[in-house]
Amino acid sequence: MRGAITRVAGPVVVAENLIGAQMYEVVRVGALGLIGEVIRIEGDGATIQVYEDTAGLRVGDPVAASGAPLQVELAPGLLGSIFDGIQRPLPVLRDQTGDFIARGVTAPALDRAVKWQFTPIARAGDVLEPGDLIGSVPETAQIAHRVLVPPNTRGTLIEINAGAFSIDEPIGILQNDGARIEIKLAQKWAVRSARPYARKLDPDTPLITGQRVIDSFFPVTKGGTAIIPGGFGSGKTVAEQTLAKWADADIVIYVGCGERGNEMTDVLEEFPQLIDARTNEPLMRRTILIANTSNMPVAAREASIYTGITLAEFYRDMGYDVALMADSTSRWGEALREISGRLEEMPGEEGYPAYLATRLADFYERAGRVIALGKDARVGSVTVIGAVSPPGGDFSEPMTQNSLRVAGAFWGLDTGLARRRHFPAINWITSYSLYDLRKWFVENVASDWEAQTGEAMALLQEETKLMEIVQLVGSDALAEDQKALLQSARMVREDYLQQFAFHEIDAFCPPHKQYWMLRVILAFQRELMRAIKRSALLDRVIKTETPVAPPNNENGASRAQEPVPSKAQEQIAGEFAQSLAPGGVPMTSTDHGALLERALALPIVAEIARMKEWKHAEAESRARALIEQIEREVGALR
Amino acid sequence: MDTQTSLLTKHYRTLSYISGPLVFVERVANVGYGEIVTITGADGAPRAGQVLEVNRERAVVQVFTGTRGLDADTTRAHFTGNVARLGVAMEMLGRTLNGAGQPLDGGPAVIPEKFLDIHGEPINPYARDHPSEFIQTGISAIDGLNTLVRGQKLPIFSGYGLPANEIAAQIAMHARVLGTSEKFAVVFAALGITHREASFFIQRFETSGALDRTVLFLNLADDPTIERLITPRAALTTAEYLAFDQGLHVLVIITDMTNYCEALREVANAREQVPGRRGYPGDLYTDLATIYERAGRIKDKPGSITQLIILNMPDDDITHPIPDLTGYITEGQIVLSRDLHRRGIYPPIDPLPCLSRLMNAGIGAGKTRADHRGVADQLYSFYAQGRDLRRLVAIIGEAGLGAADRKYLAFADRFEQEFIGQGDTNRAIEDTLNLGWELLRAFPANELKRIKREHIVKYGKGERG
Ligand SMILES: Nc1ncnc2c1ncn2[C@@H]1O[C@H](COP(=O)(O)OP(=O)(O)OP(=O)(O)O)[C@@H](O)[C@H]1O
Ligand SMILES: [Mg+2]
Repeated sequence: MRGAITRVAGPVVVAENLIGAQMYEVVRVGALGLIGEVIRIEGDGATIQVYEDTAGLRVGDPVAASGAPLQVELAPGLLGSIFDGIQRPLPVLRDQTGDFIARGVTAPALDRAVKWQFTPIARAGDVLEPGDLIGSVPETAQIAHRVLVPPNTRGTLIEINAGAFSIDEPIGILQNDGARIEIKLAQKWAVRSARPYARKLDPDTPLITGQRVIDSFFPVTKGGTAIIPGGFGSGKTVAEQTLAKWADADIVIYVGCGERGNEMTDVLEEFPQLIDARTNEPLMRRTILIANTSNMPVAAREASIYTGITLAEFYRDMGYDVALMADSTSRWGEALREISGRLEEMPGEEGYPAYLATRLADFYERAGRVIALGKDARVGSVTVIGAVSPPGGDFSEPMTQNSLRVAGAFWGLDTGLARRRHFPAINWITSYSLYDLRKWFVENVASDWEAQTGEAMALLQEETKLMEIVQLVGSDALAEDQKALLQSARMVREDYLQQFAFHEIDAFCPPHKQYWMLRVILAFQRELMRAIKRSALLDRVIKTETPVAPPNNENGASRAQEPVPSKAQEQIAGEFAQSLAPGGVPMTSTDHGALLERALALPIVAEIARMKEWKHAEAESRARALIEQIEREVGALR
Repeated sequence: MDTQTSLLTKHYRTLSYISGPLVFVERVANVGYGEIVTITGADGAPRAGQVLEVNRERAVVQVFTGTRGLDADTTRAHFTGNVARLGVAMEMLGRTLNGAGQPLDGGPAVIPEKFLDIHGEPINPYARDHPSEFIQTGISAIDGLNTLVRGQKLPIFSGYGLPANEIAAQIAMHARVLGTSEKFAVVFAALGITHREASFFIQRFETSGALDRTVLFLNLADDPTIERLITPRAALTTAEYLAFDQGLHVLVIITDMTNYCEALREVANAREQVPGRRGYPGDLYTDLATIYERAGRIKDKPGSITQLIILNMPDDDITHPIPDLTGYITEGQIVLSRDLHRRGIYPPIDPLPCLSRLMNAGIGAGKTRADHRGVADQLYSFYAQGRDLRRLVAIIGEAGLGAADRKYLAFADRFEQEFIGQGDTNRAIEDTLNLGWELLRAFPANELKRIKREHIVKYGKGERG
């Protein structure tokens, strides 16, 4: 079917005589055959968003319908690849047209020349339903690519072959009602529809990110959703890339949606060099990159997140835990807004179309932990971690607000922290996680995980309150124990929360090391408080030994003649004795300021700052030794 | 710009409507989106324009040189059949061109070696090579704390009256890659700046002997505003040719992007588009990205494009859409401070909001020095604390501070005076780092939490407080 262009406005083209065209059908536009997608139909006219630059298109130029919606190819060979927003393989495009992306080029997503070693599992005669396992291909050393009966396909397996196949060759034949259906390694799926599954499960396992602030305080589940909003330069991309490197997912889909070209190069250069500690394989082998940078066409940018999540669902269906990083969802939203503007639709808030919220919710809804289709009830998950780039860093804008409604974890980046070079700049007061993973951490890391992390968070919250006072009247107005608390909270911030993403060792910090680091800092805090209390008590003991002003009460006058009330003194002395750490003789000096200063000058403080450099395996033993040392040395402070 | 006519040229006298920089031409046929149009009014002078939208009835044309003096009756529109193209050649080096690429220097027309679409094509992300060569600018606040690398795109966020031009010129003059003396070129795009500002740059290029390796594209304050929409594209098309065809290291200086954005806003308003934030078009991000992303390096090619972009923050507001969207695209930013400027500190670079995202790739052992990262982070951290305390002092007075806090305050002062406020001097990176260590002496070793122990031992010798 051929139509003709009647209007061109940027990436939006209107065509007439496209009789029978369907929504989301792919069309080829103009003499160059630019790829486009039907996004609105009126009579025999269709509005098309074009995935390539439309310069030079004329009224009357031909438009050809393809008969199929925008779909991606799903087959072995996806892992380690880099595609644009509509799954064109960028290395192949470079071979074809050079270093710049020319218009009208197409290339199949996957290489037809590669032969994959297929091992059948199903046998001839088996009656197969959608999602049933047919066999498997070793896609990488770690990832067995499970070949499944595609959704909407069923029948009796009448033929199945082992051996080396390209993705287009039939590996078996299903018979259904007399129809013969060839099974191939490759299948297609329309990106805008979610792939079906049997049932959604409640997520109960964390996606371990190795980032202390996340795992300890705002964890996300496998199958959960998290958003990272933040102004420019606050650390969204570094966070997404760090998670793509270290999170304990089987597969990572990284969508560079309307961001910088060099950030894709980062991934392409770094990931093949980095070795995944869990599998001993280069990280690139578990990664698929979708790169539709800011200068690439805006409609393909809009499609890129759907391309990404469809690939994620495909591996989820095989029973893998997949993590999808989308940097930045705001650029997707803006693409939507731009297209909507060209369609002259009624604008909603800040010019975004009214359906922004629904589209966003539909996208995030494709995350989840599921039982896949198929008899063997595989469990897989898709975790979505979306960066949000609010204009002016102001979270009250529509993209952030609409994302907040659907996301399970909120990691709010704080430009103020980033400017102080506190990274990751996740604000620990405003961020939250709706996932309750305490059980998992208690069972898998430490029985008092909750108590420890709770105590640390309480410290940080207390610090925020105290800092408000300090801002008004200065720190001299604080009591000694409050000053000490500020020092401990600072330790939590600098020696725990801060994590340099490019550090050889600290880039990834496993939960058990997180736990032991926290134990050390909290031990220091406890001992410091004790020491201060002790010295305050000592102060009171000394003062109460000499005659003091009578207690201020009605009977004051008569009591004044009596000796100093022994009860109070006894109690103080008792507390004092109790507070003494093993050994150590109280001294008479009671200058707490000096005490705090001396505590901070202890070599253990420097050692605490270097915990980040501890080898993971040594974390527990070194922490235990350090805690003992803290108890000894802070305990001896007088 | 290439306005050669092709066989398909079409002439119309069917203007129906003129609005701001736009004219509407009725009953057109065979007109392409983005096509270049020549509009001729009663005065007979041809004006270049471009098709912004076309449908069966009409074409909407944006006229680069403005619509003043045009009327609907006598004006003719001539559709050239070409998209906007620029003839490029090596001989452009040393030339002065207008904002659309035509000679202003009285010299002959450039004989093109190639015609290129000024909108360019996106670099295939797979073809990019990661920029990682340290550029020494001689400015400590940049080299030490926000290191620039070859192929980076870095804006200077300035404010009216702040010396962004001086700093940009200084960078252009001193910028060198350690240990090399390769072929370079400068492409300078002036967007709506004054004659005085433009001649300042030209003079600086001249005194440093770089002028004959410079291509100047000048659209000055009194030149047509809409032409500014092509100027950066013409400049970058030239830069791409020089860098990726001819293998030169090209530094592109674009000033002032604020004027570019104003021109965009003017067109959007005339088209009655739904405005985005503060009246700027909703696709400003994408538009700016198609300019800024034309920087970088390409695998297996010797050349590079480094962009230095100057823009003025209206009301010194960094959240204004122009700096905001720029910061979202560029690889960091240099931010000037009115406060430092008032206090006579030059260059008045406020390091706290500054960033160079490519710094890590360009520094460290073998590039600058092993201790670079640690020293930079430590200076940052102490300076940030000093600045916080300064705010506090303003409320409670210095008497309310403890001895430890006073140390940070004193550090912040010295840091601004000595490290940032270096005047016109050109500091080698070694000197910048050594000065950093000198300032860090005020602190005992165990407070230098950001620096590796072995670096403290090696570089932090001597007495410390
Ligand atoms: N965890 C981290 N460790 C060390 N440095 C970090 C970390 N996070 C961020 N940074 C620093 O902050 C800079 C900016 O981070 P990033 O590029 O991730 O910002 P962004 O939020 O993605 O910005 P934009 O919205 O403009 O893309 C980085 O180049 C790096 O220097
Ligand atoms: Mg980013």
